[in-house]
Amino acid sequence: MKSSVITFPGSNCDRDMDVALTKFGFKNKMVWHDDQELPKSDLIVLPGGFSYGDYLRCGSMASKSKIMNSVINFAKSGGLVMGICNGFQILVEAGLVPGVLLRNKYLQFICKNVHVKVDNKENTFFKNLDKQVLEFHIAHNEGNYFCTNDQLKEIEDNNQIAIYYCDQNGNTNDQINPNGSIKNIAGIFNKEKNVLGMMPHPERMIDESLSGEDGSIFFKNLLNNIK
Amino acid sequence: MLVNEKIAIEHGLKSDEYKKICKLLKRTPNITELGIFSAMWNEHCSYKSSRIHLKKLHTKGKKVIQGPGENAGVIDIEDGDAIVFKIESHNHPSFIEPYQGAATGVGGIMRDVFTMGARPIANLNSIHFGSSQNKKTKNLLRGVVHGIGGYGNCMGVPTIAGQTSFDSSYNGNILVNAMTLGLVKKNKIFYSKAAGLNKPVIYVGSKTGRDGIHGASMASASFDDKIEEKKPTVQVGDPFTEKLLLEACLELMAGDSIIAIQDMGAAGLTSSSIEMASKGNLGIEINLNKVPCRETKMTPYEIMLSESQERMLIVLENGKEDQAKKIFDKWGLDFAVIGKTTNTKNIELFFDKESVAKIPVNILVENSPMYDRRWKKSKLPKKNKINKTEFNNFKIKDVLKKILSNPNICSKDWIWEQYDHTVMGDTIQKPGGDSGVVRVHGSEKAVAATVDSSAVYCWAHPITGGKQIVCETWRNLISVGARPIAITNCLNFGSPENEENMGEFVECVQGISEACKYLDYPVVSGNVSFYNQTKDVGIKPTPTIGGVGLLRNYKNMITMSFKDIGNQVLLIGKTEGHIDQSLFARVILDEKKGPPPEVNLFNEKNNGETLLNLIDKNYIRSAHDISLGGILTAISKMCIKGNKGIKLKKPKYLISEIEYFFGEDQGRYLIEVNPKDLKEVINILNKNSVHYDEIGTIIDNDIEINQKTKVTIDELRSYNTSWLKRYMA
Repeated sequence: MKSSVITFPGSNCDRDMDVALTKFGFKNKMVWHDDQELPKSDLIVLPGGFSYGDYLRCGSMASKSKIMNSVINFAKSGGLVMGICNGFQILVEAGLVPGVLLRNKYLQFICKNVHVKVDNKENTFFKNLDKQVLEFHIAHNEGNYFCTNDQLKEIEDNNQIAIYYCDQNGNTNDQINPNGSIKNIAGIFNKEKNVLGMMPHPERMIDESLSGEDGSIFFKNLLNNIK
Repeated sequence: MLVNEKIAIEHGLKSDEYKKICKLLKRTPNITELGIFSAMWNEHCSYKSSRIHLKKLHTKGKKVIQGPGENAGVIDIEDGDAIVFKIESHNHPSFIEPYQGAATGVGGIMRDVFTMGARPIANLNSIHFGSSQNKKTKNLLRGVVHGIGGYGNCMGVPTIAGQTSFDSSYNGNILVNAMTLGLVKKNKIFYSKAAGLNKPVIYVGSKTGRDGIHGASMASASFDDKIEEKKPTVQVGDPFTEKLLLEACLELMAGDSIIAIQDMGAAGLTSSSIEMASKGNLGIEINLNKVPCRETKMTPYEIMLSESQERMLIVLENGKEDQAKKIFDKWGLDFAVIGKTTNTKNIELFFDKESVAKIPVNILVENSPMYDRRWKKSKLPKKNKINKTEFNNFKIKDVLKKILSNPNICSKDWIWEQYDHTVMGDTIQKPGGDSGVVRVHGSEKAVAATVDSSAVYCWAHPITGGKQIVCETWRNLISVGARPIAITNCLNFGSPENEENMGEFVECVQGISEACKYLDYPVVSGNVSFYNQTKDVGIKPTPTIGGVGLLRNYKNMITMSFKDIGNQVLLIGKTEGHIDQSLFARVILDEKKGPPPEVNLFNEKNNGETLLNLIDKNYIRSAHDISLGGILTAISKMCIKGNKGIKLKKPKYLISEIEYFFGEDQGRYLIEVNPKDLKEVINILNKNSVHYDEIGTIIDNDIEINQKTKVTIDELRSYNTSWLKRYMA
């Protein structure tokens, strides 16, 4: 399976994502933001980091990069696209997933492990996952997901919520919401479920020596689903 | 503008220094030249008060590739790999403008590391604030933490460890010391020594603005009532540009076109160009009209003294300009050929086709002032006569509660959760442990790093204090299973013109040097920050030591969390119950007199090496060194982290329980051993003449201190974790 990770100026999880994808069997290529064409890929990843220093708005300048035209076309033709952290912010700015990401509720960067509940497994990203609750890692300043009530209704009606922040038993409530996201939303799909944006970093959880191993479960499952 | 003595003094130069300049030049300097002298001859850049003492530091060792004198120190970690590291202060600017001061401190130290060709792989910091009661403390802490996070997070370099302390001596002068480690191949290290004639001198990175002019001079003076007016001397950081600069420089360094490279830090273009010329014994000619400027009508004086961030100076091989420019174009950074190397041994500046400054480089560097300041010897204070019957009145549980929730002991997760500590995917020990540990990417090795200081001990007796911090970092590294290799030091003191402060400096350096030599744990880099004082009041002497060690196999790393019920806990090192200068004495007895705990270097080395031997043999399940707060504080942290309890054995010493549990004797560790290994462990300890006590057994949920006193792990955790969060809420 072939994947591509886009490097924007200021991306800083691009290498980590490359390491993770390669570790679980993807043939990964790094793609420069200023390129026009995407290599042939089964999966495109927009990695975390601070593209364009988060200036103007997180993800907004990167969403206008040359390569993004190809990413948008790829997504519209049904290709799998995943945006992690800053990648999620870029997806939002590019209009590939609904909503916006505001500053965290307590106005602080947060770096820690969180639990997320997988709500919808009828999609390529989470199909056949044998766990309901995953332990992931977050590291962001603007992960407070927000949308209008009308949007929220549409998102819920279409089953577009991918993952929620929860406790280790899968309960979602305000107390365990790390950043103030509406409905504890940590990740969201487009209507067709071929585009996923999420704040947590599965690529930081791929080895027992790191923060945990649930990222390994996620990537192995993803590879099997694409095959 | 005509220069005279009055203007020179306004530039921070002393009257006799100005006379020396005129004599060396055989004329009066013009204003640009005076600015250059003031930038090169201030304390921060010239080390004029510290140089003769720094020579006494122990800087050599088998693993040292580069000692002090370069942008950063370099040590060998085998297999052709090397670690580049350094710590640096950004104290003065952080007090004036905490966010930008701290942020640019982090940016500056990372630049020092990647200038040498190394990719930064870990950041650490040591930050010191005034009393929690002081009205400025909260905002300063918030600003500094945001600044450190704002820069490091954006760069994508994990912040893996740190130290935070509160003491009223920092009320008017906070300390912000930032440390970076970088990884490089031994044969791809870059230096700042220029070589060859007529080689192009290249400027890359951000444009030059009017920010930070006189930053280094500001950091070479005490504060007074008007410090708010000094805000314009604080630089403004742009981590995004630095991230691009990092990637562009590393891309260029992959080739062979660079002869020398130097970042523009303190005193900007002035010190970078002069250092490169001086090291290469060459001259440099610069056309200031070619320097990319952010603002219009900047004068030669302003261009030379600006401390705008994220800039580098490179001496390139002839003919490689286009190839290099392509890389910087790709990353959207300025690239300008601004001059060339010459054989004149002068620094010569042109502006609008006129020569605006011409100074022999050796005058600026070798002839810079050097002072042997007067200093006062300290005496070891007499031991306090503490009324020990008074100890019977204390309830151990109450004391433990007070100590665990003390600002200097309590958990700092409010701070480090704001730092990205997991980016780069190699952090295997996060902040909150004895040392941070990152894997050497793609290998079995890992590097451990720690940063520490003990201002109270240094204040009580500088020689002992100096030794103690070196030993403490040594223990921090060993506690995670790393073999200590070398240190970097950041020497934060009051005014060198004050005999007592100068004495503290001289004797701390002496203590550091003795310990480094004994432990074969050399100093490879560092910096000195004097004038941490407001009016006549200086800070407590605060040398900060950053230690670095190596784990050959990261899978053998040790953490402090208790692992399994039924395992035995041993205390390594002798407990004498030293209470003077302990946290107990200060917090509970309100007693500030007396000597710090004695440091016995033989025991330090022997205990540490024996523990490393036990770790190599895979006998150790968890380990933690005992420092501030004594045995019971250390045990509590192991319990909290492991979510396990311990049944403690009654001390068999002739000292009181209070002295036993809260004394701060040095050279001690707690280790957890599986009962099946106990005999062999004890054998090894005996064979090496290491003193030990069997101190307890790990149990489920409580810490059983004696028959009357039990504390649950949840209680311990709430004592330890609530203070800082509540304080900052």
